[in-house]
Amino acid sequence: MLEVHGISKSFDGFTAVDRVDFSIARGEIAAVIGPNGAGKSTFFNLITGHLRPDVGRILLKERDITGAPPHRLSLLGMGRSFQRTNIFPKLTVFENVQAAFITHRRRGANFWGRSDRLYRAETEALLVSLGLADKAGVLSGTLSHGNQKQVELGIALACDPEILLLDEPTAGMSAAETRETIRLLERIATERSLTLLFTEHDMEVVFSIAQKIAVLHQGRLIAEGKPEAVQQNVDVRRVYLGERH
Amino acid sequence: MRRMPWTLVVFAALLVVPLIGSRFYTFVATDIVIVSLFAMSLNLLLGYTGLVSFGHAAYFGIGAYACALLMKSANAPFLPSLLAGGLMAAAFALLFGFFCVRLTRIYFAMLTLAFAQIVWAICFKWNDLTGGEQGLPNVPYPSMELMGSAPILGNFRVGDHYYLTSLVIVALCFAALRRIVDSPFGRVLTVIRDNPERAQFIGVNVRAYQLAAFVVAGFFAGISGSLFGIFNRGVFPDFAFWTKSAEPLIMTILGGMGSFWGPAVGAAAFIVLNQQITSYTEYWPLTMGTVLIVLLFVFPGGIAGTLSGIVARARARSGRGGTSEPVRQPRLVKPNA
Repeated sequence: MLEVHGISKSFDGFTAVDRVDFSIARGEIAAVIGPNGAGKSTFFNLITGHLRPDVGRILLKERDITGAPPHRLSLLGMGRSFQRTNIFPKLTVFENVQAAFITHRRRGANFWGRSDRLYRAETEALLVSLGLADKAGVLSGTLSHGNQKQVELGIALACDPEILLLDEPTAGMSAAETRETIRLLERIATERSLTLLFTEHDMEVVFSIAQKIAVLHQGRLIAEGKPEAVQQNVDVRRVYLGERH
Repeated sequence: MRRMPWTLVVFAALLVVPLIGSRFYTFVATDIVIVSLFAMSLNLLLGYTGLVSFGHAAYFGIGAYACALLMKSANAPFLPSLLAGGLMAAAFALLFGFFCVRLTRIYFAMLTLAFAQIVWAICFKWNDLTGGEQGLPNVPYPSMELMGSAPILGNFRVGDHYYLTSLVIVALCFAALRRIVDSPFGRVLTVIRDNPERAQFIGVNVRAYQLAAFVVAGFFAGISGSLFGIFNRGVFPDFAFWTKSAEPLIMTILGGMGSFWGPAVGAAAFIVLNQQITSYTEYWPLTMGTVLIVLLFVFPGGIAGTLSGIVARARARSGRGGTSEPVRQPRLVKPNA
């Protein structure tokens, strides 16, 4: 689904991501973990086109997408959610999700039709599946943090992605909200046979749903594999789980 | 309860202004109608796309010169000249906007200002074409013989005829703008305003849409400038000067950029305040500045925003249903689950 070949990125001489190879198969749920400053966000931003790698190539469905801008990646089937909640705060929940349907299906250039009648059924169905049906008419900026994260997921799903990148999907959530979100993600990933790639600091979340884990440390990939294998990995235990030898 | 068709009520009220028979009222009303289009065109950028342009007068001025030159020097008829004024402004908006949308926020604003000052400087110096500092005086009125021979209208002055012509054209422009902001394109603009980064990730080419909005706003500013040049009986370099760019900004903030009609309300308030205050004191800018400061702190939504807030609260209290404009409630029907 997604292949990353030897990508690096430096900022003013500081190497944030250093020759990382990584791949994820269709339908897989993978997590990227690592301590603060390990390069997780940079790694994500390289894949999603917000940053351009200095070297290396990125392939999406065997197509070279290195340096492609985000709006093109979105049309190619990559969805993303952001670490800091990223919605359209002055639009209603309904309009947030509907806007994503409109833009993803390339209807945005129509400046003479009526937007309010477009994709109503699709939007309503998606809101119901996210449990947001009763909040459709509320201004999204006034919602609770957990609800805003759900709206953000709705926006991403409206673009009908094949692979979804989630940057800390449970950041700032209470324990209950976190559990709910994880269940929701798992259900949606199965229903839509989505490929999921996420970063997360909450190890409980990571080990509860990830089928594959990649560990970054100081910009380098130090381990990759099944959760059990990664947990046993000596390097990982040393640098990440805080064990000293 | 059916909603009052306020738009039609206001339009009808404006149609009968010439019946008052006062040259002064018609003059003020013409000014308001034409300038409100200028402010409304800016709000497509400011309120809907989230772009602050400090150089919107460039397109007002370019439209005014293009239309006036065609009518005065080439004896071209009014409507084609008007359209040419709008299109010329749109063409320059495309050219300048291409560079402006590459920058964000304050840099975008400064670049729009720089382009507008270039336009002003060219208008000021190019004597052969624009008349330089002297401008283009004596722009002719369009021929409005049709109205002159009509009943009732026939008794009106030529200024009244021009007022009605402008009113109809501006109303059509407002209808077009309303259609544009309610369209899928308009929705994409609000998405960009709220969060350009996220907009990219739902497949929006942000710069392309910003440029499109810039061109549309330039077109309507050009139409407004064209109408104003004729109304003013002359076009001068000041039309493109930076102080002219500030006017629609002030009007929009005064009226409220959050609502569709806010800038038009602001334009009316601005012009009426200007008329009233200058008849009492020469310190008009000082008074206007004070009014603006008070508005910004006390009524951040502007006149229109505050009014619609009061209406919404009154409705909520009287329990007569209906929701306020900003919080639209799409009906949500659960699909057959």
